[in-house]
Amino acid sequence: MHLYPTDWGFFTVLVMAIVYAVNVARKPDLCGRWRRVFATPSAGAAAVVIAFYLCIAITDSIRIEQHGARVTVLDVILAPLRLQVERTYSAPFASHGFVKESRTTMHGKIAREYPRLEHGGRHLSNPDLRLSDILWRAGFGIIGGAMAWSVLIYALARLFRTRYGRGPMIASGSLCVALGFVISVAPSYHMFGTDKVGVDVLYQGLKSIRTGLVLGTLTTLISLPLAVVLGLLAGYCRGWVDDLVQYLYTTLASVPGVLLIAAAALTLDLYLNQHLGDHVGVAERADLRLFGICIILGVTGWTSLCRLLRAEVLKLRALEFVLAARSLGVGTAGIVWRHLVPNTLHIVIITSVIDLSGLVLAEAVLTYIDIGVDPSMESWGNMINSSRMELARDPIVWWSLGAAFIFMFTLVLAANVLADAVRDAFDPHLRRSR
Amino acid sequence: MITYLIRRLVYSVPILFGVNIITFALFFLVNSPDQMARKQLGEHRVTMDAVEKWKTERGYNVPLLWNSTSTGTGRVRDTVFYATSARLFSFNFGQSDSGRDIGYDIRERMGPSLAIAIPALIIQILLATTLALFVSVLRGSRLDRWTTTVCVGLMSVSSLFFIMAGQYVMAKLLRLVPISGYADGWAMAKFVLLPVIVQVLASLGANVRWYRTVFLEENAKDYVRTARAKGLSDATVMLRHVLRNALLPLLTNIVVILPGLFLGSLITESFFAIPGLGSYTIEAIQNQDFAAVRAMVFLGSLLYIVGLILTDISYAWADPRIRLGKA
Repeated sequence: MHLYPTDWGFFTVLVMAIVYAVNVARKPDLCGRWRRVFATPSAGAAAVVIAFYLCIAITDSIRIEQHGARVTVLDVILAPLRLQVERTYSAPFASHGFVKESRTTMHGKIAREYPRLEHGGRHLSNPDLRLSDILWRAGFGIIGGAMAWSVLIYALARLFRTRYGRGPMIASGSLCVALGFVISVAPSYHMFGTDKVGVDVLYQGLKSIRTGLVLGTLTTLISLPLAVVLGLLAGYCRGWVDDLVQYLYTTLASVPGVLLIAAAALTLDLYLNQHLGDHVGVAERADLRLFGICIILGVTGWTSLCRLLRAEVLKLRALEFVLAARSLGVGTAGIVWRHLVPNTLHIVIITSVIDLSGLVLAEAVLTYIDIGVDPSMESWGNMINSSRMELARDPIVWWSLGAAFIFMFTLVLAANVLADAVRDAFDPHLRRSR
Repeated sequence: MITYLIRRLVYSVPILFGVNIITFALFFLVNSPDQMARKQLGEHRVTMDAVEKWKTERGYNVPLLWNSTSTGTGRVRDTVFYATSARLFSFNFGQSDSGRDIGYDIRERMGPSLAIAIPALIIQILLATTLALFVSVLRGSRLDRWTTTVCVGLMSVSSLFFIMAGQYVMAKLLRLVPISGYADGWAMAKFVLLPVIVQVLASLGANVRWYRTVFLEENAKDYVRTARAKGLSDATVMLRHVLRNALLPLLTNIVVILPGLFLGSLITESFFAIPGLGSYTIEAIQNQDFAAVRAMVFLGSLLYIVGLILTDISYAWADPRIRLGKA
């Protein structure tokens, strides 16, 4: 098994999340807070959606060798979508191409007509029956999905003997139905059409999930240590350390964010150009670039969390329990680790969840100005970027854009809803710093 | 007050210096002037003479940080770092790598940026304040819940979507405004309309929600209850008391972005082909024009610092209890 840099990063994030979850399970007060988060119907639903996205991202991070090519598990699962490549654009659920092509008819004349697609709707002997065929398949898929869902819920309820809230039920139900629909329709039709070079748009959208989530979580992973260490140090040690940290984050924050990222991304490009030999493949290079972007976003993005932590520690260190610990002879490291870290952890959690949605949205914008992920990598930003020009066509090619926005909107909405619930449960008074 | 301002201005010098070091390190240490010259002049068929000439024109023909061939202070002064930094601090931005006068470009392109940023900001503030006030009066009602839900939805939509949908619906389907472009004088209005609407929409969700929390927090305070107890109407309480006191946190948020308006919005401007500073910066980034990007970074951080100082002043102005300079 071969791991790319972002795979390492992504799995580290997952391991840390599991460690945190185990830690939570042992502490009743934290457990109660998280339970409150998931008891909110909307947040429970959001958590199910995010878990689904995470599953896709994880399967897309496990790489295996197949026929001499390096593919991910998700690629193998989505093989029907991945391999059914058309010649060029085709509309969603289409059986005929989007562009007229010249064809020599039986009588030797050249006719301009819409060609049948190589894969989409190929099984149809009569294309006029397309609609009823789709409806039949959709019906089967939806019923199958609903049945799978009821079995799943029954099994889970039997296994864990807990009651599930309204939110997770609705979310998992809709997800199962949607999945059933996709599984029964997608192999024979391009549900979201195909793009300029004929690649299935649904496949692209699903592959982009990993890019978005890696960017959202890895960036936080990189910025957290900086923000936490510097924030705690500044707040606890005061004096010149405080001055230095304050100077650092004011300086970084005063550089306009996009410009700093742009400058760093330009530098990253040059670095990759100079230091990567020709033997590095396109995928590996794109992955390195994604990793670099995460580092850049992380190194430039720790300032606001650091400021919050510093202020909180300044408040905490004046409280009695810290004073008591110090008078009992607990050293600086002990006080910071045993008292200050646990008491500021809620700020870290809240900020990380809030940042996720912002980072997913930022990816599209950064990719649009050419400082985001590599053009060869599947990402929502690239999908939007490449289909932007096609809006001028008539009739317009809207499906790439539509799919990217739908996938992105679902994730960001879920992240926003979850962030709200987390904030309410952990700290109703912490006002979001913008 | 004056001493406070002077102190803050003095403090900002090391910050600007730090920003300068960061950008210099990012641009020059990884990318040598030779490579920059080749990049600008064309990758391969460039003679050494042409590269030398390009470097001499821009003053890049001396060492980067330390000139060992010089003597005395010249060791520091005859370097790219000193020369370019000194130019930046005296607001002489010099030539961009593609040969244009940066200062002239910035002055030229400031207008279009402001033509979009100022109306967008004013409409945004008025709209968000009105909506948030209205909703916070009806706290807990169905309207309130729906508004917050819609706000979260709006926040989750990519700003790129607003731009593209706006262009498609308003310009292509309804043909109300041109898709993109810019003109001076009165003709400007029709070009500016769509970008302004898009910007307002894109930030409306987050703003209304945030304003609403601020109003609600203010609403829960004792003096508001007192005001209601003595029989003042809802409208009077909200407008005369809550709004005025909630102004403080809102003000800081607005003032800090005020100077940055000059820089314009990167994405909006480049989508709508507005010849402002935002699209200027994007072009510079895409052409890898380091001199221009560096000038914009410097200007941006300077304006941010000015924004911070203005925030403090506006605090003191809006809240008589706050006195500057007496920590």
